[in-house]
Formats: sequence, structure tokens, C-alpha cells
Amino acid sequence: MRYVIIGFGVAGIAAIEAIRSVDKEGEIVLVGDDPHGFYSRPGLAYFLTGELHDKALYPRTANDFKKLNFHTIRGRVTRIVRDQRVLEIEGKSPLAYDRLLLAVGAQAMPMKVPGAELEGVFKLDHMEDAKRILAHVRRGKTVVVVGGGITALELVEGFVSHGMKVHYLLRGDRYWSNVLDEQESKIVEHRLQEEKVQLHYHSEIVEVTGQHGRVNGVRLQDDKVLKCDLVAYAIGIRPRVDLAKQAGLAIDRGILVNEFMQTDDPNIFAAGDVAQAYDPTTGTSVLDSLWTPARQQGRSAGLNMAGKKKAYVKSAPFNVTRLAGLTTTIIGMVGRGRDEDLVGIARGDSETWRKLPDAIVAQAGFDINRLRLLVGDKTLLGAIVMGNQKLSFPLEKIISDKVDISPIREKLLAPNAKVGDIVADFWTKYQTATVTQ
Amino acid sequence: MSLLNFLKRDADRHTVLSSGHVVPDSDRCVQCGICSYNCPIGIDVRAHAWRGEPVIHSQCITCGECVARCPRGVLRFEATDLFAKGEA
Repeated sequence: MRYVIIGFGVAGIAAIEAIRSVDKEGEIVLVGDDPHGFYSRPGLAYFLTGELHDKALYPRTANDFKKLNFHTIRGRVTRIVRDQRVLEIEGKSPLAYDRLLLAVGAQAMPMKVPGAELEGVFKLDHMEDAKRILAHVRRGKTVVVVGGGITALELVEGFVSHGMKVHYLLRGDRYWSNVLDEQESKIVEHRLQEEKVQLHYHSEIVEVTGQHGRVNGVRLQDDKVLKCDLVAYAIGIRPRVDLAKQAGLAIDRGILVNEFMQTDDPNIFAAGDVAQAYDPTTGTSVLDSLWTPARQQGRSAGLNMAGKKKAYVKSAPFNVTRLAGLTTTIIGMVGRGRDEDLVGIARGDSETWRKLPDAIVAQAGFDINRLRLLVGDKTLLGAIVMGNQKLSFPLEKIISDKVDISPIREKLLAPNAKVGDIVADFWTKYQTATVTQ
Repeated sequence: MSLLNFLKRDADRHTVLSSGHVVPDSDRCVQCGICSYNCPIGIDVRAHAWRGEPVIHSQCITCGECVARCPRGVLRFEATDLFAKGEA
């Protein structure tokens, strides 16, 4: 049996571990064109701010990989020949497979304005991008950042930490409008302003201007010109579906998979950012660009590839992130609609977060520590925890496990309810009850 | 019970200094490595987080650097059950 995995990300690595837990003998080949191999993509944010050295971002040593007993081919897969079960790899011999996993991730949406190709325009997709950015940051220089979601703020924070003057352009009137509520957007924006970031609302770049091939400014839709040395954008990501599309596999926004992470070809699986997995909560197939689902999907795919049936059960997607330095947990369904600053979803993002049906909001705190709960009929549908994170873990469990919150529902919705206290008390009792059962 | 008391229930560094360990919640971890990078002893805390195993390591001094530095709240202190049950 030969297992071939395309992609060096967490889904691929988790799949290899899972295959090896079942099949000690089968041959495993990892194919990919990322020169940096397996590293923590979310950790790039901390590399940008200088909290981490790039070498610290690699979780595995060569020795760790040796124990998993697989070999690596560095190269770009150009074609999947399904009827022969063979991969064509640029500059290499064709590679036959028995089971194939597509874990090729997603890539940044390009900024399509004149001048976007100039030197000094950056995205933050992978390690190479982060290194390029760090080679260009200079104290006192000016950068314009556009886009939304977590990545845009990672860029902003990275530039701020290097003493740069930052203009952050928003198309609408607030940050991340389909995940955060107005108050939460304001908290983030206020903190950015405290860091001397200049926010520009209702602003859109129509052209990046330059001289001698290098950026020297941006022109906005109202003809206003901002002088700058660098431009960085994070306007969303797109699953890398090209290979699957060429191979004739079923795709929508990502590669469509069943609960076993299997595509419509029983020998081909997909996992991670490229996969569009079934979400039993909403009854639809959705994209996540989150580390933990990618790891879980990779694991599930690996087990199924090795013949051990294991369904991937999508749980409430959550992410713990820093928004303008404020630790924020986003769990389950919290918003709806679309955000003008993003096309589709971004990194560290989930489509599920925007699937909020009718729900009543219970909230507490209007300063740094803020808690917002989306209260359904019998369960909590979602939550956002900003600042103090002590309730983040209980809420994650209450939402993921669909715990019946009927006993506290009315209390939560009462005027001026001490929402935090009510949840804390409920969680303590719930845990005690679960332990004694 | 007030929120304040709820927060106090969490074992703090002093409680576990001699009788506890650091416990990861691997679902929150993105393997960035800030924990391992800041460990003064050089323990690979991140590898424990990947496996979801407590950092039970003879050289861990429970200094709390990894817990404090983790940007995602993956790590927390927990009193070791054997001697400290009920004290945390």
C-alpha cells in the first residue's frame, strides 16, 4: 500500500501520524513545494512582532519525522491521473498512489488594482512572505494595510511593533462587521488608535503608485493620495482547488468531502483549508481556515485511508486570537452577513461563525473585558470572549457539547444580568453533576 | 458564587510550585512554539501540547513562563492529584 500526501501543513502531518497508528508497514510519501516544510502558519504573527525567532516555528525535528517512517519529495504536483492512480510532479518521475490525500491548503486572494505588482506590496500567506516583510520594515517608515479579519490585524500589529507609521484602510464603517458586533469592533478600533494606528473608514485603494518599480503611495477612491513605503493586504483566502478541479473531483468553494474526508473518488481524500466539510450544525458544507479542524480532519482522513473508519465530526469552530493585543475567543455562531473588507473567508476564520440564525444576545462588560453570548432556545449558539479568558474554556465546552442551558436561559436574558457570574456558576454545577453521575 | 471566586478556583503558581504541573489544552494550540522558546530549562512544552499530555518533567520548575507567554491560553497550572487533591 502506498499512501501519498500532498501538502506540508498540519492536516498532512496529522494524517501521517494517523496512518502510522494503524499501518506500520505501508509506504508513505509526502509531496510538496513549500521549501519550508511543516511550520506553524498561525505562529507567523508572533514572528512578525518579534516575539519569536523563525526557527522556533518548526514543531518537529528531522528525528521526529524519521520515527514516522515516510519519505519526502519536494516538487509541484501538476496533475492527478485518476484512472492510472498516478501523480505527475514537475521535474520528477510520475508517482503512483493507492490512497491520496490533498492537503494543499489555501492561498491569499490577490489584490487586483494597478500597481499591485510593485516592489513593497505584501501579503502574509507563508513563511517566505513574513521574511520578505521583515526584510523591508524600518522604524519611522509608513505602511498602508488593507483587508479584514485576523490576518489584517496581524500585519498591523507586526508593523506597529517595528515602530512604523500604519494607515489601516476599511471599506465600511467598522472592523470585521460580520463576526464582531459594533461594540467589539469599537473596542478593537479604539485600541488600534491608542497604538497610533490611523484608521480610514469608507476607504478603498484604487491604485498603488510607485517610482522606479517601488511603492511610494496609494490613491484612494476619492482621489486622496496617501504617501507610503509599503502596502500590505489581507483580503481573504481561496482554497487551492486547481489540482482537484483538473482531476474532475467534485468541488464547490473547496473540495467537497463526506464525513470520512473522502472526495467523490474513493481513493482520494482531502483535509484542511482546501476541504469543504459537512457541518451537521448547519446542514451545509463549510470552509474553515483553522488549525484545530485541519488537524482533526487530517487525522480522520489518515485513519480512513488506512482502512479504519472514523468520521470527522465537526464541532463548533473556535479560535483564540489577539485583536489589537486583546485576547479574544470566538466560538460557534456569532455573526452574519458579509464584510466588505474580505472576499470569502480569511485565515484563522470559519464560515460557520457567520451562520447565526435568530438568537438573543446576552452580554456583559463594555470595556476591555467583554462577553457576548448568542442564546438559542435551549443551547448557546456562540460566544465571543474578549480580555479575561477564564470563561473561554467553559463556554467552548458548553457550546460544543450543546449543553442544555434551560435552567439559566431566563437569568441570562434578564436586564442587566451578570452574564459572567451566571455562566461561571452554571459551569461549576454542571461539572459537579457530570462528575457525580 | 461570584465570578471572582470562580477565577480564584484556578490553581495559581504558588499553589502548584511544589506540587503541580502545567497542563495543555491541545485543541487550542497552534504549535507556534512560544512556550518552548521561553522555557528557561529548554523543555519542549509544545510537544506536550501536541500530544495533549501534562508537562510532567523532572526538570520543570513550574516557573510559569510558558503559561504566561502562551498567546492562546493553551496552558494552565493544575495541582498534582496525589498530594494536593482539594487544595487547589
